[in-house]
Amino acid sequence: MDLITQLLVAALSSGTPLLFATLGGILIERSGIIQLGAEGLMLMGAVAACLTYLHTGSLALTLLAALAVGAALGLIHSALTVTLRANQIVSGLAMTLFGTGLSAYLGKSITGQPIPGAVPKIDLAFLEPVPVVGDLFAHLDLLTWLSFLLVIVLHLFIHRTSWGLHLRAIGDNPPTADVMGIPVQAFRYGCIVVGSMLIGLAGADLLLVYSPTWIEGMTAGRGWIAVALIIFARWNPLRAMFCAYFFGAMDTIGFKIQLIGSAIPSYFLKMIPYVVTILVLMFLGYRNRNKPSGSPEALGLPYIREQRF
Amino acid sequence: MKRLKRSWSLGLVMVTMLAAALSACGGGNNGNSASGGSASSSPSASPSAPASASGSPSASPASGGIANPRVAFVYIGPPGDGGWTYQHDQGRQYMEKELGIKADTVENVPESADAERIISDLAQNHDIIFTTSFGYMEWTLNAAKKFPNVKFEHAGGYKTNDNMATYFGKNWEASYLSGIAAGKMTKKNVLGYVAAFPIPELIYNINAFTLGAQSVNKDVKVNVVWTNTWFDPTTERNAAMSLLDKGADVLIAYQDSPASLQAAAEKGALAGGNDSDMTRYAPKAYLTNPIWNWGPYYVKKVKALMDGTWTNEQYLGSFQDGMVDIAPLGESIPEDVKKLVSDTKEKFLKGELNVFVGPIKDQGGAEKIASGQTLTDAEILEMNWFVQGVEGTIPK
Repeated sequence: MDLITQLLVAALSSGTPLLFATLGGILIERSGIIQLGAEGLMLMGAVAACLTYLHTGSLALTLLAALAVGAALGLIHSALTVTLRANQIVSGLAMTLFGTGLSAYLGKSITGQPIPGAVPKIDLAFLEPVPVVGDLFAHLDLLTWLSFLLVIVLHLFIHRTSWGLHLRAIGDNPPTADVMGIPVQAFRYGCIVVGSMLIGLAGADLLLVYSPTWIEGMTAGRGWIAVALIIFARWNPLRAMFCAYFFGAMDTIGFKIQLIGSAIPSYFLKMIPYVVTILVLMFLGYRNRNKPSGSPEALGLPYIREQRF
Repeated sequence: MKRLKRSWSLGLVMVTMLAAALSACGGGNNGNSASGGSASSSPSASPSAPASASGSPSASPASGGIANPRVAFVYIGPPGDGGWTYQHDQGRQYMEKELGIKADTVENVPESADAERIISDLAQNHDIIFTTSFGYMEWTLNAAKKFPNVKFEHAGGYKTNDNMATYFGKNWEASYLSGIAAGKMTKKNVLGYVAAFPIPELIYNINAFTLGAQSVNKDVKVNVVWTNTWFDPTTERNAAMSLLDKGADVLIAYQDSPASLQAAAEKGALAGGNDSDMTRYAPKAYLTNPIWNWGPYYVKKVKALMDGTWTNEQYLGSFQDGMVDIAPLGESIPEDVKKLVSDTKEKFLKGELNVFVGPIKDQGGAEKIASGQTLTDAEILEMNWFVQGVEGTIPK
C-alpha cells in the first residue's frame, strides 16, 4: 500500500467512531438542544457493548445494548432539558460526568478482557485492483459501512423530507413550528433519544472495532472532539463525514512524519490535528463570513408554549 | 506525566552513598541522612528521633515499630488500566495477603496540587503512604515535611526526606531480554517501538531493547515514535499502525494500554507492551515485555515499619529481588528463543552480564561508552542519547 492509501485507511478507522458521535450530535442539535454529553454517552455505549458481548457473544444483542443505553441516557437528557427546561449545558456536562463514572464502575469486572473479531469484515476482494481506494474499501467492517449509510440517510432526512423540514423549523423557531401544528416537545424527545443512540453506537464502534478491550476512560476525549466536529461541520451530515475522516487522518499523520525521520519535535506533530482544525475554521470562517453560521437559531433555548423569550 | 521525567541529578550518587553509609551505621537513627543530597531540595534535616519516640499516631510498642500500621496507596490511574497502576494494585493485594493488613487506595489522582492535598489528607490517619507515580515527587516531599511522623514511599523519583524513601527498578535488563526475543523473531529486521515520553526512562529502555536485539541480529533497526501520552488507546494504536505500515514486524509499546499489541495482532505481527503480562490481550501475537512486581517490596517496607527498622533508602530493584521481571514469552515464540532468553536472564541473575558495556556508539557513530567501560546505575538513569541502530530523534 502506498502512503496515501495507508493514510486513508487510518483516517477511516479512527474517524468512524467520531462520525457516529457527530451524526448523533447533529440530529440532537438540529432540534435546538445542545449536546455536550457525548463523552459520557460513548463510554456508556462502550461498556454496555463490552459487557453484553462477553456475556452473550452475540453482535446483534451487543449493538442493541449500546443503542438501549444511549436511548436511556437520551431520555434523561430530554426529560431534563425539554420537559423540565433545565440548562442544557449543565445537563450535558452532567451526562458526561455521570457516564464516565458509571461506566468505570460497571466495567470493573471486565477490564482487560479482549474481544477480538466481534464485528465481521465485509470482504470485497474484487475491489482490490482499483487504484488508491481499492484497498480501502475491500476490507471494511460492517459498522463502517453502516456509518456510510447513516450519513446518506441522515442527510436525506434533514434536507429532503417533510419531517426534516419540521426538524429544522423546531431548531430555528419553535413557536412558529408549534403554530404550524408540529409537536415540538415530542419531536425534540425523539431527536435526543435517537441521537443519543447513535452516540452510544459510536462507543460500541470504538470498543468493538478500534480498540477491542474495555479500559476505563478509553474514549480519551474523543467525545469532546465529536462535539467540536458538530460545529466544524456546521450541523451538516455530509460535511461531518469529511470532517471526521479529516480529523482521523490528522491524528495519524504526525506519526508518519516522525517515521520519515524529520527533525520536527514530536510535541509539535501532536498539535497537528488541533492547529489544522483552527486553520480550517479560520479559512471557512473567512470564506463564509457573509453567510449564516448554520447553527440552529434556537439552539440552547428551552421552549414552552405561550412563553416569551 | 509520571515516572522518571527528569534526569537524575548527580546528587543521587551522593545521596545513595550517604544513605548506604548511614544505614551501615545502624538501625533506628536515620536523622540527618539523605535529605541534603540532591541540590534542588535540602530541607534542614533536623536530627529526628527514631520513629517510635516521635509519637506515631497509632499505638507504637516500645520496640520502635507500629504493630498495626495503616497503609495507603495513591494511584495515577485506575487499577483497571491493565498496566502500570494494575501492577501496583497487584502489589498492594499481595502485601495485604502476606501481612494481613487492609490498605486504603485513592485512584486517578492528578499530578498537581490536588495530589498534595490528597496525600496530606491521607497522612492524617495513616502511617505509611506509597505514591506510585513520578509526578508526585514534589507533592510527596511537601507532605513529608508537614507530617514528620508518617512514612512516605515514592516510586521513581530522586528526592528523599528523613521520612521519605524512593523505589524503582532496573527494568532495562528486562528490556534487553525482550530485545533478544524481538531480534530473533523479526523477519524483516525492522522493529518498532511505541514510546510514551522522551525521558531517560524511555531512552534507556529503548537502548537496552536495541542492544538486546543487536546481540542476536546485527542488521536489526529499531524505529521509534513518540506518542506523548502514557495512556490513550486510540493514539497508541495509531502509532503502532504507522510502525506496522512502515514495515516493522515486531513491536514493543512502552505504554499503559495494550492497544499496540492488538493492532499488531490484526496485522499478523508480534508485539509486547509494558508493565504487566499482556498475554491475555492477544495470545498468538504476544512477544513478551518487562514487568513490575511490587508486592515483595511493599511487604518488606511495611514489615520494616512494623519492626521499627524502616529507612529512607533509595531502592533500586532488579531480577535478583524480583521487582523487575520479564513476562512469559508468547505461544508463537519457539523453544530455542525462550531458552536463549532464560539463559540470558540467568546471567543477569548471577551478575555476569551488564547491558551498557562499551564499546557502544551513538546514532551518529561516535563512541559514547569506551571499550571495557560500564555505565553506573546513576549514569543509566540520566541517559539522553540513542545507541546506533535506533531510528528516531529525541526532541530537545
